[in-house]
Amino acid sequence: MPIKSYLVHPHQGMKDTLIDALSKHNQCEVIPAKNKEIIILITDTENSREEDLLKEKIESISSLKLLAMVSGFNTPKN
Amino acid sequence: MMYTATLTNRRSFIKKMAVLSAMAAAASMFPGIIFAEEQEAGVPKGANLDWKKAPCRFCGVGCGVLIGTEEGKAIAVKGDPQSPVNKGLCCVKGYHSIMALYGKDRLTKPLIKKNGQYVAVSMKEALDLIASKMKETIKDHGKDAVSIYGSGQWTIPDGYVASKLFKGCIGTNNVEANARLCMATAVTGFLSSFGLDEPMGCYEDIDYADTFFLWGNNMAEMHPVLFSRLLDQRLKRSSKIIDFATRTTRTSMAADRSIIFNPQSDLAVGNAICYEIIHNGWMNSAFVEEHCNFSKGLTKMGYGLEDNYKFTDKPEKIDFEAYKKFLEDYTPEKASKISGVSVKDIKYMAAQYGDPNKKVMSFWCMGPNQHSRGTWMNNIIYNIHLLTGKISEPGNSPFSLTGQPSACGTVREVGTLTHKLPHGVVTNKKHREFAAKIWDVPVGNIDPKPTYHTVEMFRALDRGDIRFMWIQVTNPMVTIPKLKRYRDGAKKEGRFIVVSDIYPTPTTDIADVILPSAMWVEREGMYGNSERRTQYFEQMLEPPGEAMSDTWQLIEVAKRLGYEKQFYYNEETHIEEIYNEYRKHHVGKRHNMAPLEVLKSQPGAMWPYVEGKSTQWRFNSKYDPACSNGKDFHFYGKPDGKAVIWQRPYEPAAEEPDQEYPYWLGTGRVVEHWHTGSMTRRIPVLHQAMPHGYVELNPGDAKRLQIKTGDDVKLTTRRGEIILPASVNQRGVPAPMQVFVPFFDENMLINDITLDSFCPISKEPDYKKCAVKVEKA
Repeated sequence: MPIKSYLVHPHQGMKDTLIDALSKHNQCEVIPAKNKEIIILITDTENSREEDLLKEKIESISSLKLLAMVSGFNTPKN
Repeated sequence: MMYTATLTNRRSFIKKMAVLSAMAAAASMFPGIIFAEEQEAGVPKGANLDWKKAPCRFCGVGCGVLIGTEEGKAIAVKGDPQSPVNKGLCCVKGYHSIMALYGKDRLTKPLIKKNGQYVAVSMKEALDLIASKMKETIKDHGKDAVSIYGSGQWTIPDGYVASKLFKGCIGTNNVEANARLCMATAVTGFLSSFGLDEPMGCYEDIDYADTFFLWGNNMAEMHPVLFSRLLDQRLKRSSKIIDFATRTTRTSMAADRSIIFNPQSDLAVGNAICYEIIHNGWMNSAFVEEHCNFSKGLTKMGYGLEDNYKFTDKPEKIDFEAYKKFLEDYTPEKASKISGVSVKDIKYMAAQYGDPNKKVMSFWCMGPNQHSRGTWMNNIIYNIHLLTGKISEPGNSPFSLTGQPSACGTVREVGTLTHKLPHGVVTNKKHREFAAKIWDVPVGNIDPKPTYHTVEMFRALDRGDIRFMWIQVTNPMVTIPKLKRYRDGAKKEGRFIVVSDIYPTPTTDIADVILPSAMWVEREGMYGNSERRTQYFEQMLEPPGEAMSDTWQLIEVAKRLGYEKQFYYNEETHIEEIYNEYRKHHVGKRHNMAPLEVLKSQPGAMWPYVEGKSTQWRFNSKYDPACSNGKDFHFYGKPDGKAVIWQRPYEPAAEEPDQEYPYWLGTGRVVEHWHTGSMTRRIPVLHQAMPHGYVELNPGDAKRLQIKTGDDVKLTTRRGEIILPASVNQRGVPAPMQVFVPFFDENMLINDITLDSFCPISKEPDYKKCAVKVEKA
């Protein structure tokens, strides 16, 4: 049950496009900074495999410049 | 931001922790970053939150926050979009502020030390004991053997009843507050230059200034919301930010220009700027002639290192020519030799102030204030603004920032310092008569002689001149310089210490009685921020266990001491009654406080509040109804209506590096923690982001000493030694032969080895400068 947080940097001028692309994934929670070109991304997946697949999809988004993990948690299902 | 205290869902909790970690990381990379929308997004679906306004609990900026409560718990906080201070923004501490209410080890029961052990007792027993100990101490040792030490986190009613009880009823001026350690110099700076305390301008100046000049002020970490307003203006209007500091910080990295100076030499550079202004014809002669006098004071005052040190300045009027001649010792070339700042940079700084087409705002906080010549340094900054006439109008503003939510509101305005009264000073007969009338005490009760400023108060405790001390909402056993002496002194036989707080701290460790206090919105109160804005907050939550507001603790003890007549307040309405009584001290166009119903209806009001309006720019007749001289400006704090340009020289610090102790040691704060960390270290995400203290070294020094980040480093001063992990090229970078240590970590008490020198005029300690030896441990 991994939960991870990332700082996500868009390519210049692509912040909104990146927000849209990330928001399409149910496992993603997106929190854009109001005054900076940076987005907080929280991923919430069932298992490591699903997490890896999601990460692959995110990394293929063309408006994404850099994905930097901040924290990772693993928790038993409620 | 949604908070975890009431969540039962472990997964939601972890998710929120992940968000907070990311926010903390983002804040550390991008000073002033804002995630405003997230505040609402975090609120649980279906939550029926009751949102109420309050000023933030932490720093002196006084951001307005909205607190969401549900079923008696605070579960969310967001910036108040109605607040003109922060316009809906919050910093990383503000976003987490309500978590400080719910630390696992909140004090909930009064504790009395019996046979070396703390025993839980009823609040009645604790208050009875405090009152009887006070009576006994006064009987055996006199009224000046009892004291109270409060803080800039005291609400206005807390400080007011403390002053009324000790000064008005008991008759001792043993009333001090920790703002002596941070803002006393700002006060003496204002009083000597203008005759009245607190900034003439307001935060709205930021929206008009072309250049922001930061004097030893790491705003990006210490005042992040205001700093974000500076960055915003740079984006919108290409304003410039100049960081003039002794160490490279996040502020330097974000500034347009970072200029590093040798510790203490800001005095020389400030004078060199004045020299340049005059010699380049940038002086606003009409303004100076009409509105300014020139004075000089005593020099070579010493540093207050000895017990019972006394100093009173002797101002002497001089003329402009004498001042101009004095400045010849501070040509850019001469100042450059003292400061290490290039002649080119000094001329650049002077030109910023000198350019008649530029509006300039100066900011400072602990750099010029915690300075053994701090009052002089404050005077010099005012000199620059007065010489150029860039003062008291939108965008032209010397602005002294504060670090605590009510350092201005409670300590400076209520006057919880030994020499002060709510209106005026104890040495003035008329002021004593005025206060005595409102307090309903005989005027003879108020002693005309000030007693001890903070450092001297702890020295008196050590000597035994003070036997009883009540400490409320502050943590002196982390913050007093040369701490070991004062900790040992407080533990001596025959001393009785009461500590009111919300968590155990090194200060509760020295207590004979610990009283659990209600925190922030667990009670009703007001704070006053850096821009003269008084803000009200209602009680939104019940305090835990037997916790009680500091105001009511004092009232209960006052009644036990026999002052029922003066402390007539009704428990249900006492805050309103106290505020209405307090307002009487400030009646008049120069300091009128807004009525309570106004404070309840809006995010604060700025005094002087006259004819239903806050005054944004004092001393300017266009904005300030108190101006009465018929001219464009009126510095009415001085009898002749003129501000003073002071001749203040450069003098060295009390202790400078030498062969044995070759480095400078400076101390300060970090963005994650608020002061001694007693609240923020109990907020998991902030604690995790900055878990312990450290020592910053210059990379060149570290290389030479073969020290890398994480290595243990031994710091030795004439007061003792301490071992800390090294930080090299991490957050801040000190100049060569300097080290910096934050003071938030109670397990690494840097103040055990700092020096208790202070500014002889303000009595504020210099935490930024002493000599230290640095070794790999």
